[in-house]
Amino acid sequence: MVTAVTNLGRSGLYDWLVQRVSGVILLAWFSIIGTYIGMNGDMSHAQWQAFFGQTWMQVLSVAAVLSIGVHAWIGLWCVLTDYLTTRMIGANGNVIRGIASAVCGVTLFTYMIWGLQIVWVG
Amino acid sequence: MNDTRPVNLDLSTIKLPITAITSILTRISGVINFVSVGIMLYLLDMSLSSPQGFAEVKSLLDGPLVKLVVWGIVSVSIYHGLAGLKHLVGDFGYGETLEGGVLGSRIIIVLSVVLIALAGMWIW
Repeated sequence: MVTAVTNLGRSGLYDWLVQRVSGVILLAWFSIIGTYIGMNGDMSHAQWQAFFGQTWMQVLSVAAVLSIGVHAWIGLWCVLTDYLTTRMIGANGNVIRGIASAVCGVTLFTYMIWGLQIVWVG
Repeated sequence: MNDTRPVNLDLSTIKLPITAITSILTRISGVINFVSVGIMLYLLDMSLSSPQGFAEVKSLLDGPLVKLVVWGIVSVSIYHGLAGLKHLVGDFGYGETLEGGVLGSRIIIVLSVVLIALAGMWIW
């Protein structure tokens, strides 16, 4: 039996809810940015910077950056614990999954700090 | 747990229904999204940093290879977003039957193809 020590909230129900909330935030963020770029194909740097500098956009962007971290962690946890297991890849499965989880975790943490620097600190 | 029970994980003997194909595509697109966040943050960082960086991103996006990569990232994101919406619809209790699942899968495939084609036309 695999005990749940690497999933985000120690509870499937909690992870399920966090995955939905973060997914909706990310969908909103990408839809807004996609629509804005689509409608302002030849914008200037000042215009682009002003768009991201609005308070509501900063709030949404910070939420989106944090959402990337938790959403990707929950999703990658599902994938890693399905495929990188002792049953699927042999005796070293748990060790390999541990290493892969660590790589994902460090990458996501870096994404979050980097993303916050971009959208919040500016 | 009884470890001697028979397991059939030979995927080549299993014909995947459309719902399984859209499900595995959601996973694959999610993993690709995870990797592509690095590229997107790099471009966003450069484009917001200074007018020079903004111009640099613009000239980068003129390159056919970068266009292809960006189109790929956008396509994968479109698919993953639509698959996520299908999950939300399911969470509200719609389309949970076998027929509903098949119909939902067909809808997200068709919508993805349309939106990905539109994104491609916009990028080029």
